[in-house]
Amino acid sequence: MASDTILLDHGAGGRASHELVGRIFAGRFSNPLLDPLDDAAVLTPPPGRLSISTDTFVVDPVVFPGGNIGSLAVHGTVNDVCMRGAKPLWLTVGFVLEEGLSIALLTTIVESMARAATEAGVVIVAGDTKVVGRGQADKIFINTCGIGVIPEGLDLGAHLARPGDAVLVSGSMGDHGVTILAQREGLNLDAPLKSDSASLNGLVADLLAACDGVHVLRDPTRGGLATTLNEIAATSRVAIELQEGAIPVDPVVQGVCELLGLDPFYLANEGKLICIVQGGQAQAALTALRAHPLGGNAAIIGQVKEAPAGRVWMHTRVGGGRILDMLSGEPLPRIC
Amino acid sequence: MKHVDEYRDPELAGKLARAIAEASTRPVRFMELCGTHTMAIARHGLTSMLPATVELVSGPGCPVCVTATEEIDRAVKLAQTPGVMVATFGDLVRVPGSHSSLARERAKGAQVKVVYSALDALDLAKAHPQAQVVFLGIGFETTAPTVAAAVLMAQRTGLTNFSVLAAHKLLPPALAALLTGPQLGLNGFICPGHVTTVIGTGVYAAVAKQYGLACVVSGFEPADVLATILMLVRQVEQGRAEVEIQYARGVSAAGNPQAVALMNQVFSTVDAPWRGLGWIPKSGLDLAPAFAQFDARRRFDLEVPPASDHPGCQCGDVLRGLVRPNQCRLFDKVCNPENPLGPCMVSMEGTCAAWYRYRR
Amino acid sequence: MCLAVPAKIVEITGEMAKVEVGGVQRLVSLMLVPDLQVGDYVITHAGFALHRVDEQEALASINLLRELVESVAAAQAGEVRGDD
Repeated sequence: MASDTILLDHGAGGRASHELVGRIFAGRFSNPLLDPLDDAAVLTPPPGRLSISTDTFVVDPVVFPGGNIGSLAVHGTVNDVCMRGAKPLWLTVGFVLEEGLSIALLTTIVESMARAATEAGVVIVAGDTKVVGRGQADKIFINTCGIGVIPEGLDLGAHLARPGDAVLVSGSMGDHGVTILAQREGLNLDAPLKSDSASLNGLVADLLAACDGVHVLRDPTRGGLATTLNEIAATSRVAIELQEGAIPVDPVVQGVCELLGLDPFYLANEGKLICIVQGGQAQAALTALRAHPLGGNAAIIGQVKEAPAGRVWMHTRVGGGRILDMLSGEPLPRIC
Repeated sequence: MKHVDEYRDPELAGKLARAIAEASTRPVRFMELCGTHTMAIARHGLTSMLPATVELVSGPGCPVCVTATEEIDRAVKLAQTPGVMVATFGDLVRVPGSHSSLARERAKGAQVKVVYSALDALDLAKAHPQAQVVFLGIGFETTAPTVAAAVLMAQRTGLTNFSVLAAHKLLPPALAALLTGPQLGLNGFICPGHVTTVIGTGVYAAVAKQYGLACVVSGFEPADVLATILMLVRQVEQGRAEVEIQYARGVSAAGNPQAVALMNQVFSTVDAPWRGLGWIPKSGLDLAPAFAQFDARRRFDLEVPPASDHPGCQCGDVLRGLVRPNQCRLFDKVCNPENPLGPCMVSMEGTCAAWYRYRR
Repeated sequence: MCLAVPAKIVEITGEMAKVEVGGVQRLVSLMLVPDLQVGDYVITHAGFALHRVDEQEALASINLLRELVESVAAAQAGEVRGDD
């Protein structure tokens, strides 16, 4: 009688492991490269340089409005790979499952991973599953590796921002972070919040097809817009100047942030990108982003300046000015 | 959002800033007494909109910053007590005591839950009958009534696994201590919004009359703060020292008698240690005798050795507005948001934390 | 000491009320503010209603701001023309 929860035997590599892999993973991830279930997949890299990234997903709760840890793992890895301009090709996935995890929940997560991979046009070529005793992991952790190929002549990186460049975002800030926080802290908030988790490879492809002057692409995940812009300003040794009024924030996200004393510019996004492009191509980039379903709210939010290097300055909505610093500590609801 | 967006209108804010510049003919120094005002000024970049003649300094208005080291040490000891689940506002989690913090204790396995209200702490107690849930009662007269209400509800429902570690502070005694301390060179106060919502404006009358300081009770939106500064400037320019309410939508002169009554029923005033300012008589709240069974200090052994602030720390002077953050020897060197030594850097709203983040 | 935001009461059950801010709803206690009705705007803080926003006060308060700016400008203008 097949168990409905994960048992330690599922991790032992014997009959139970094979049964689990066959029942849950193999069918849903099936493709010629993975099907042999050999020790390793054999890949023939296409011409061009490869972009490779690894990530680990420990989100709590594992299921949230707008997705779950499975879809998030695919989206997050695909996004990291294509932020260097690459076309994502392959993913590997490693699971750490806690003894007692419901197999129905695991199935839901694996199904949404398979769907997300198909939507992004990537193939899961290798996988691994380990089981740990109850309490040694929180239900499920997922580690991934993503590989993509960078078209000839394209070079994007956080060190390539230049004075005169324009700074754009592909949509509203803070959606994912506030959605997770509102669930996790059990703040019994009743708000139509939804994670923005999504693969951005289509959006990136359209953007790069329309503009050859893109210098930097970054997905502002942990630490949010402010932290990622500070990283870019430091790495490129440039200053970045923003207009707060131009930065899109969903009204509901703003409402929750007001209630909890949070700043949406420091909350994670899982389906947005920051684009830094030659000043002359700002409008072209904006048009390309807005033409894509995931870029409807795109906006030009500022520009890159010469000095002072490493500083992000923001003109506030009411006409003042202030530094937009990196996140310190963890965003927690506050009373004052 | 109604009652909010009107006060974030850039055009109105611009007009107010210009009016301040036109009205101000001589240097003036105003102190804000509320951490949320410090945040609003920093977050909206209001300082950059003010003429050079107007200087703002932050006083002891952030409840986390003024929580004394030994009060943090007591909370840490509580978190180390088996079977205890500490419920706290997010502000306090990273604050360092003498040798640890709630965040560090949580990493070592202590149960530390962030809550948004004392009511959430009651829910935790009901949901975990086997745990002793202790709520860390920090905050001024705005928050103390909400904790008092939670204690009354716990008493009414016979909740035995709920208690409060009281570290609330009262504003008037701190204000008095500031005014009788070293000369501050102030011309007036940006008076707190919601403390005044609770206690009313009476306390400021003496400040205006006795010390000749302009007092204006301010809201928290950019236009509120700018309007308050304009009203303060005009008082000084016209040689007046009065109590005015800018934040009419949130404050009445009489305050909220129901909240005050509840606070006085459940708590009694005691001398209390303020981080950076030392002991101030009758400036703290402890559970009143009738509610002793909800006093965590009676329920658990929370005695801790006396603690002192970091030797080089000048937070006391910063909290009095005598020293600006960048004039402190430790600022941005040993003391920064990742390694906060004194109270002013500890909380996101502390004077030095706001200065570090928004104006460095 | 607080970042209370005015919220609109949309439902009252016993000592608790459902309030709404910018599309977000939350439960708050009414223990600290007597005789509130649905439709009232309240200042809430840490899960409690603290103060009922009086509609007239609120209107007066925003108009006060606007008058304040006009009166200072007028005073300034008066001084410049020296005719006050």
